[in-house]
Amino acid sequence: MLKYIWLIPILPLTGSALVGLLGLARLKSSGEKLNKKLVSAIALTSVGIAFLLSVGMVYQLFALQHKEIFSIDLFTWFHSGPLSLAGGGMAEFEVPWGFQLDALSSVMILVVTGVGFLIHVYSTGYMWDDSGYYRFFSYLNLFMFAMLTLVLANNYVVMFVGWEGVGLCSYLLIGFYFDKKSAGDAGKKAFVVNRIGDAGFILGMMLVFVHFGSLRFEEVFSKAAALPVQTGHDYLFWATLCFFIGACGKSAQIPLYVWLPDAMEGPTPVSALIHAATMVTAGVYMVCRSNALYSRAPETMMIVAIIGSLTAIFAATIGFAQTDIKRVLAYSTVSQLGYMFAALGVGAFVGGVFHLMTHAFFKALLFLGSGSVIMAMHHEQDMMKMGGLRKYLPWTFWTMFMGTIAISGIPPWAGFFSKDEILWRAWSNGHPIIWLILWLGAGMTSFYMFRLLFLTFWGKERMDDHTKHHLHESPKNVVYPLAALAVLSTIGGFIGLPGWTGISNKFEHFLEPVLRVPERAEIPAHLASQEPLFTALSVVISLFGIFMAYRFYVAKPGTADRITQKIKWLYSVVYHKYFVDELYDAAIVNRVKGLGTAFYFVDSKIVDGMVNLTAKTTRGTATVSKLFDTYIVDGLVNLVGRISMMLNRVFTSFQTGLVQRYALVAVLGIFVFVLIYYNGLVRF
Amino acid sequence: MDFFMNNILNIVCYLPLAGMILIMLMKRENENAIRWVANITAFIGFIVSIPLLTAFYNPRFINANGFRFVYEHSWIPQIGANYKVGIDGISMLLVLLTTLLGSIAVLSSWTAIKDRVKEYYAFLLLLQTGMIGVFISLDFLVFYVFWEVMLVPMYFLIGVWGGPRKLYAAIKFFLYTLTGSVLMLVGILAIYFYQHDIAGIYSFDILAFQKLGFPTDLQFWVFLAFFVGFAIKVPMFPFHTWLPDAHVEAPTAGSVILAGVLLKMGTYGFVRFSLPMFPWATMHFIKPLLILCLIGIIYGGLVAMMQKDMKSLVAYSSVSHLGFVMLGVFAATPVALQGGILQMLNHGISTGALFLIVGVVYERRHTRLISDYGGLSHIMPVYATIFLVMTLSSIGMPGLNGFIGEFFILQGTFAAPGLWIYAALAVIGIVLGAAYMLWLYQRVMFGKLEKEENKALPDLNLREVVTFVPLIILAFWIGIYPTYFTKYLDEPVHAIVERVRADYFKTKNAEIPQLPANSQAAESK
Repeated sequence: MLKYIWLIPILPLTGSALVGLLGLARLKSSGEKLNKKLVSAIALTSVGIAFLLSVGMVYQLFALQHKEIFSIDLFTWFHSGPLSLAGGGMAEFEVPWGFQLDALSSVMILVVTGVGFLIHVYSTGYMWDDSGYYRFFSYLNLFMFAMLTLVLANNYVVMFVGWEGVGLCSYLLIGFYFDKKSAGDAGKKAFVVNRIGDAGFILGMMLVFVHFGSLRFEEVFSKAAALPVQTGHDYLFWATLCFFIGACGKSAQIPLYVWLPDAMEGPTPVSALIHAATMVTAGVYMVCRSNALYSRAPETMMIVAIIGSLTAIFAATIGFAQTDIKRVLAYSTVSQLGYMFAALGVGAFVGGVFHLMTHAFFKALLFLGSGSVIMAMHHEQDMMKMGGLRKYLPWTFWTMFMGTIAISGIPPWAGFFSKDEILWRAWSNGHPIIWLILWLGAGMTSFYMFRLLFLTFWGKERMDDHTKHHLHESPKNVVYPLAALAVLSTIGGFIGLPGWTGISNKFEHFLEPVLRVPERAEIPAHLASQEPLFTALSVVISLFGIFMAYRFYVAKPGTADRITQKIKWLYSVVYHKYFVDELYDAAIVNRVKGLGTAFYFVDSKIVDGMVNLTAKTTRGTATVSKLFDTYIVDGLVNLVGRISMMLNRVFTSFQTGLVQRYALVAVLGIFVFVLIYYNGLVRF
Repeated sequence: MDFFMNNILNIVCYLPLAGMILIMLMKRENENAIRWVANITAFIGFIVSIPLLTAFYNPRFINANGFRFVYEHSWIPQIGANYKVGIDGISMLLVLLTTLLGSIAVLSSWTAIKDRVKEYYAFLLLLQTGMIGVFISLDFLVFYVFWEVMLVPMYFLIGVWGGPRKLYAAIKFFLYTLTGSVLMLVGILAIYFYQHDIAGIYSFDILAFQKLGFPTDLQFWVFLAFFVGFAIKVPMFPFHTWLPDAHVEAPTAGSVILAGVLLKMGTYGFVRFSLPMFPWATMHFIKPLLILCLIGIIYGGLVAMMQKDMKSLVAYSSVSHLGFVMLGVFAATPVALQGGILQMLNHGISTGALFLIVGVVYERRHTRLISDYGGLSHIMPVYATIFLVMTLSSIGMPGLNGFIGEFFILQGTFAAPGLWIYAALAVIGIVLGAAYMLWLYQRVMFGKLEKEENKALPDLNLREVVTFVPLIILAFWIGIYPTYFTKYLDEPVHAIVERVRADYFKTKNAEIPQLPANSQAAESK
């Protein structure tokens, strides 16, 4: 059955094409929209079957003996003649349409199809009244196809198909409400910023090919596994750095994170699926997939760790000051992705993927929960106009509560285990500063998340009366996915228990075959004994964050306002997201546009000006030639005529007919000749 | 059938001419009949060209040089000019592109052209013959004749059926390209007499020239003469300014042909003549040439971004895309060159389609200004879908055709000895491409449908959909299974690379100066 692995991405693609084409055809023929039930049936079935297939395939993969990677090439995608490689020798430039299933892609497809299916179900409720229902599901299914291609690829180029494909779907879905200019702008921004990252990805691929002679994971990684660790700026450094630029774009890390908060213009299920649970983690997946390269480029690893931890804390501070419920969650996502990269950077590849998975559960839950709130509030997203909602939306409240505890890192919810693992690895692998940053960030996370929870569900009911009267819990197809995700957020962490519990870490063991990191020394015993202490420390800071949030927003509401009054300028800077968007606009976007305008000026005035000048010069020369022709060339001819006429007159005067005069002239002539001859002027 | 297959190139080439003559004999009042004749001729023209592909590997039609379907006939024996035509993989794909785009262009004009219908279709078909002739010529004089023949109908298409500044654009197009071709003629004569000097024969046979091998000083000058001729046609920076004018003023079908096929004449010229005949000069000039390509890519992209007119935006995007094509051609590794040739087709498909797309709304609204549109997605969902697919094809979305070409070019250039930096910089063009195309798409398709005039715009009709379908199929086909097309290029590309980089294929396992192991050292150089 494993050889039908390609069905997993193809099913949603078929669903997307069916829904899209049927929708267009029907719109074209009868002007009516496609039946919504049919749309949901096609879309949900395709993803549902893909999920079941994934479960079956993963089960089969681990039933195979001694076969940790299953890889299959469907057919050659492209093939071209040899290229010289950096180390000498040549290699055919050949890439197949190929898929592979191993532990890492297993985790990913289960998360993507599982969470994806729940979000599809949720969307049938959330999007029911939207006029673009069929368009939405067509895009959403297309996204599933792209994401599954990304994680199932067995080479970098097929991965890039998924990589760009998810970017495209993200573009389409962010701009789903294309009426709004802000939505169109946000979509375009997402795509272009991602493209900057993609340029890095392409450069990375090119470097990998000229050094490894292949773009297939198995070949590249097995060759890389034989390499020593390269300190200094060798080609592994540049290749991994280029790929990391790609990851920064896709996974919203400094300096390319700016598109993600704006991406919240899209419908909420999209924010949950694409901009929290799956697509944005593609960068983490890619780096982890390339662990054989990264673990041999320690300098890149250091950069990854630094960027990750800075993003984690930077985005968290912005989360403090936002009042839009989805924006808080967006910055929280950026921050949590920072945690994942920090994990990868310190060498905790398993920890990064573990956090990726638990984050997919609780962040999808939080976004969907916020969607449920937004629906109840008649599309109001400002938390300052909410409050006290727990009475009205009990299901939403309790499930979101679970999600908030999970992200805050309170045991035994899922986020605790994964975040604790990252923090511990940062410390035990010898990066105390990164540990400190992430530790502080953990406290900030629980603060801003509980701030969100308290502002939304506690305190005074700040909405207007009309909204208040119509508050009601969301329908079943919205609530059930919330409940399912709440369960996952609660128990999902148990597969990766910390070492001091004495129970083996199943998740780590599961992912072992994927890792091809160089041998490293065991953690020394005195460090290992500190592990429980560090677990306790991370719980303490999380509880402190919750306590502060409680003080600020429940016990003494108004404290926050007083403090912001005191440090108004700082608050304003944070509220405006440190003015990074403005800075980018001024420093880059407007510069590029200015350059375009300047070049266009050069093009039309100078480059084309030269052409027109040549034309004018030619015309000018022609005019001059004409004048020359009329007055000089023709004038000469006329001049000759005139001169001969004049001479004519002169000579006529000689011919007088008087013989004496002729004789005189003849004698004078002889005299002159003799004179000339004797003076040596002429020699005969 | 034998007769057909033995004369297939002539049939493919002169069928449009026959159609033209037929149209000339018809009464000008029978506009619909003329339209039908033109469409049927163009469509049959496409159908009869398909055997070129299907019978390509049939040994019966292969001659010793690897050229197919060769037909030779004495023409002007006194000067050694023969009528000789034939194709290899490169020209076969370009001929098919021409017949396909030609029939699409004819079909797309059905309602767009309302005056002088007879002359319009006559010129369009004549143009078709000229273009096919250029690709199939194996004799320089024949080539030159077709090259010039092509200019005339295009001049009239722009000058008669064009926009407000049509005369300026038409004359500029004509004179500019003519200047280039005259220089090329000088080059042709130079090598023609050189051949006589050393071999004692007068001949214009292209294949013979390719085998001749010229001394470096001759290569130097003739390469430059050819360069100007071809670079104007491509067009490469800084010879590109006729292009936006010609595109903006030309009627839709004219733009489609201009972008889709005519520009390929220049790139084809480089591939067919400059590289194999003047390998020394190519390598001698490679750095400045690649710099011109890079300027074209980045500069074209930036200028495209700031255009207010849809057609001139697409025209400048062509400058950028053809910069990619030329980058691949000059880098001259098998992968880069193959990518460059494939990208010629891709550009024909995606830019041809983009001009059709602009033409659709132009025909409805008679304006090309981006600011006159907005929110068309609301009322034209089919149009929106097709526009999106072609935008993605143009910006190189993997899975569609553009990506394959760009990736081949980049990877091939990157792996060429000492040229990695050019590939690395060309990547900027990919980012710019996304920016200007998506911005265009957003401004035309997204937003509220505010303008009164746009509110009743009808979506695509069946005929219009039909014009796009083959291009969409090809875009996906090349994107998903390019091997089907690139396999025809393997052989000729191999031959060209062997001429340009003489020991390229011999360096297996040898030491090659490459990306330095320590790339920092490369940066400090």
